Amino acid sequence: MGFLAPLLSTETSLSVAHVLAGGLVLVSFMMLYQDRLSSVINVLALHSAVLGFAVGWQAIIQNAPELYITAGLALGFKAIVIPLALHRMVEKLGIHRQVEAVGGISLTMLAGIGLVALSMVVMLRTAAHADALAREDVALALSVILLGMLMMVTRRNAVSQIAGFMSLENGLILAAAGAQGMPLVVEISVAFSILIAFIVIGVFLFRIRERFDTVDSTTLDAFRGEMQ
Amino acid sequence: MTSLAYDAVVATIAVPAVAALILAVVPFWRLASQINVLASLLTVLASAVLLWHRPAPSALFLIDDLNIVFLLLNGFVGFTTSVFSASYIAHELQTGHLTPRYLRFYHAMYQVMMVGMNLALITNNLGLMWFGVELATLSTVMMVGIYRTPASIEASWKYLILGSVGIALALFGTILIYLAAKPVLGTGMGAMQWTNLLHHAAVLDPAMLNVGFIFLLIGYGTKAGLVPMHAWLPDAHAEGPTPISAVLSGLLLNVALYAILRFKVLLAGSAATIEPGILMSGVGLLSLFFAAIMLYRRRDIKRMFAYSSIEHMGIIAFAFGIGGPLGNIAGLLQMMLHSLTKSAIFFTVGHVAQAKGTQKIADIRGLTTSHPLLGWTLVAGVAAIAGLPPFGIFTSEFLLITSTFARAPLLAVLLGLGILLAFGALLMRMTTLCFGEPSPGSHPITASSAPIFLHLGIVLLIGLALPAFLYDWFAHVAMLLG
Repeated sequence: MGFLAPLLSTETSLSVAHVLAGGLVLVSFMMLYQDRLSSVINVLALHSAVLGFAVGWQAIIQNAPELYITAGLALGFKAIVIPLALHRMVEKLGIHRQVEAVGGISLTMLAGIGLVALSMVVMLRTAAHADALAREDVALALSVILLGMLMMVTRRNAVSQIAGFMSLENGLILAAAGAQGMPLVVEISVAFSILIAFIVIGVFLFRIRERFDTVDSTTLDAFRGEMQ
Repeated sequence: MTSLAYDAVVATIAVPAVAALILAVVPFWRLASQINVLASLLTVLASAVLLWHRPAPSALFLIDDLNIVFLLLNGFVGFTTSVFSASYIAHELQTGHLTPRYLRFYHAMYQVMMVGMNLALITNNLGLMWFGVELATLSTVMMVGIYRTPASIEASWKYLILGSVGIALALFGTILIYLAAKPVLGTGMGAMQWTNLLHHAAVLDPAMLNVGFIFLLIGYGTKAGLVPMHAWLPDAHAEGPTPISAVLSGLLLNVALYAILRFKVLLAGSAATIEPGILMSGVGLLSLFFAAIMLYRRRDIKRMFAYSSIEHMGIIAFAFGIGGPLGNIAGLLQMMLHSLTKSAIFFTVGHVAQAKGTQKIADIRGLTTSHPLLGWTLVAGVAAIAGLPPFGIFTSEFLLITSTFARAPLLAVLLGLGILLAFGALLMRMTTLCFGEPSPGSHPITASSAPIFLHLGIVLLIGLALPAFLYDWFAHVAMLLG
């Protein structure tokens, strides 16, 4: 689809790239206030799909066909396979109806807005000399990364933590794809997919449920061997 | 001769990679542990060849004075640990803690970890280095959870999640460094090569380098066990098999620190960037104090020595942060001696835990009476790690404090205070562990003491008389570090 590149004005291609990257930030926010595991997983699938389109768009405007692999990986593996596996896991564990006690949604959202503002201030200033595409992309990507971390620290459930980590990683792939001509992006996205598969399989394999009767990682603390 | 050098570089990765494949299918654990030892020996020999025959930097590999220190140390401790591991797992099999099936997996993962670490050390490419660290992390995660007890599963889950966040942040830092280099070096692989980056360090975008370094410090700092991202470390050390505790402390932390050091050198080459040393010494001091205080509350023997590793990584990060010729020499020396001493301590502690059937400090008393050999080795090990003369760590800590005094007296006082705090905690625990009335209940074990004596012997020798060639070598590396 590289033939599309000359047909687009720089402005259009930048705007679409920004809309998609901004959309990713928005979906990250959506994830923050989901209190049901199954809806967290659905939002995660949406997140990965938006990433897939964003990377696909980068592939077109940068004329970088290898990025289609990364985009395909996001659309196929991270938007479909992993969410399905997570749904299955949640159902098998019988926690799909479970409502997570997410302490203070409004506070979390406020923290999220603060993080986005922070990353905008830092990155736009830092990348003042970079080209427009990389500048905004990296700023938005950092927002997604920080929101993913926020998700990981506010949630206690192993499945939500996986979702948080995956959204964080989506932010990274966005940054890597936006950094024009960065080598190894495809290899890195594959490495990350392996890591994620590993984490998901790990939960299955470790059978956290069998051991603890819950995937709530707070209960894990009881086994630290150093109970005071 | 260059072809020999090139072969040696490839061998440091290829030998463990092939060994991992073989070990994944060999069903006999005794043979597997021998293959493991052999592969580790070949790897260390390959790295030793690089001392004399060094290949010219290429797009993929870079062997210079800095990473050869790490590579040799890595290979050496990796080899001695594989020797220790052979006797350790024999006991674990007897007691039924591990099954032969898991052992096959364990041995393969051990070599995968060596591949990851060596790749991170010898590569000339930022992306490959990141990949090497990720590979080493994943393989150790698998090994930490190998006992499948609730505690070990929690430890490996925590390690996996924190480690993943760490490598994610390190990758973001790497992307920023690439963005800093892109306007100067153009797109493509060139902008991700150390040699290129260093050559043009002065003209890279300083703001981008600054932010990138902060992400890299936090990201790789997670893997190096620096506070505040250290939380995975004590659990992973305490719950995994003891050979893994030894390689985590002795090797993996160093590899992560090596990555930070590389980026520090890069920033130092640019006049307009922040002073990376200040950040490093700040984080180092924080780690030192935090770990020194935490040492007082430990009830698990392996957990205690894990906190001691955080303490030492703090001291090492501080030393490299302070920098200067003496600071860097002290840092290199401290790093080498810590690796040797801490792995020797973990070897001893592993046997102690097997002999006593517990890791609880309260249930281990009077070791010098019940197990004289293990007990006195532990006394020597703790004395060495706490920084008592005549052991080498005394030399490096003394060097560090005196050189810091000359440049920042206040920091030197703080450093000394932190070291003393940790010293007190370690000695306090050592007296109850090793002396007094022995606690009841012990099992016969066959300890392999050769690796322990070898490590402690080297540490003692360096403490008695720092060899001139070692000092010259480190002085040379210190110049490179700036």
